[in-house]
Amino acid sequence: MSPGTRRWVFLVAAAGFAALMLWGLSGLPPFGEYRGPYGDVLNAVAVGERRATNVVAAVTFDYRGVDTMGEEFILFAAVIGTAILLRAQRDEEEQDPSETVEGRSAPPTSSAVRVLGLALLGPIVLFGIYVVAHGHLSPGGGFQGGVVLATGALLVFLSGEYVTLRRVEPADLIDAAESAGAAGYVVIGLAGLLAGGAFLDNLLPLGEPGALVSAGTMPLINLAVGLEVAGGFVLLLTEFLEQTLVLRRRTVAA
Amino acid sequence: MSLLPYAVTVWLFVIGLYGIATSRNLIHMVTCLSVVQSSTYVLLLSVGFRRNATAPIFLDVPVGTRAVDPVVSALALTDVVVGATVAALLLALAVQVHKRLVTLDPGGAPGPAGLTCVSCPRSRSPSPCSSLPPWWAAARSSGGGQPTRSRSPPQPP
Repeated sequence: MSPGTRRWVFLVAAAGFAALMLWGLSGLPPFGEYRGPYGDVLNAVAVGERRATNVVAAVTFDYRGVDTMGEEFILFAAVIGTAILLRAQRDEEEQDPSETVEGRSAPPTSSAVRVLGLALLGPIVLFGIYVVAHGHLSPGGGFQGGVVLATGALLVFLSGEYVTLRRVEPADLIDAAESAGAAGYVVIGLAGLLAGGAFLDNLLPLGEPGALVSAGTMPLINLAVGLEVAGGFVLLLTEFLEQTLVLRRRTVAA
Repeated sequence: MSLLPYAVTVWLFVIGLYGIATSRNLIHMVTCLSVVQSSTYVLLLSVGFRRNATAPIFLDVPVGTRAVDPVVSALALTDVVVGATVAALLLALAVQVHKRLVTLDPGGAPGPAGLTCVSCPRSRSPSPCSSLPPWWAAARSSGGGQPTRSRSPPQPP
């Protein structure tokens, strides 16, 4: 099939599919008039039941906690899969990380980027910790805060060199953070079982709504997810950088 | 007007599929998959949206304030982050494909002349790496050097 025919076959099928999909979606309640019972029930009871003022976090880490654990393990599996795919192949070897490829040297980092990157590093890390820690109170949580934390590593790379990143970012610690995050979620779930309740039962004292220590196990799960996401994204960043900067095909000695 | 968010959902889904079906580059294909994925966020959030309502966060507004559905927000927020790592996994596959086959074209067309393989910067020819499986090299040479998109996948011996 030539690319032209292929395109036409797709366009005909896609037109039919789009019409059916739009027809199906137009049967939903009109935009802006939410009618479902679940959101209303949760909005009414979550603050009283779980003492978490962020109902989205209460859904993610408590009412829907087992689903979120599954999602976290998809993330874990994807990061591990990437790390395995990008490891050194049989015919490759690690070389000194040099920033220049033969005949294509990158321009040196400007002082403006260097200074701004380093100046932003502290605030970014602090903001990431804030977003993780206040996940059950205000918008944020482990997923968002973890990504913010991981951008700290990106800033180090932008304002320095790959070698600097390797120095400030111990690989073992990153691996440990990722595994501890994934395992921590399961351990918190199992603690519920050990205490005689259900898996992921919210067994800690709930406290007062709006307090930093409240909502039972939610801040702990947020912390676990934050570690997992931050570790995972930093690991992805290092793997891809390593791929372009360190790994070279083994040259056959002539 | 109330159909607009659903029309946007359908448009994003179909235009992403169009990109995947006609893609000539694996990185472009991964991006198109992200476009398809983003259509689900538009759908989820528009299903849970409510006019003149606030976010479902009752830190400085009393419980009982009109708020949007928290369930769909929770679904979308985990998927944004998980989707990014899955895209990274697909891009890692693209890196390995480029190393082995020196092309990113899913149809097998060779890359532009002079393009170098990331892992063998000294070779300036677009010829495949020496560690290619033999069935791939045979399938390439049988095409007479012309990019063919209709070739059936070669069977490994």
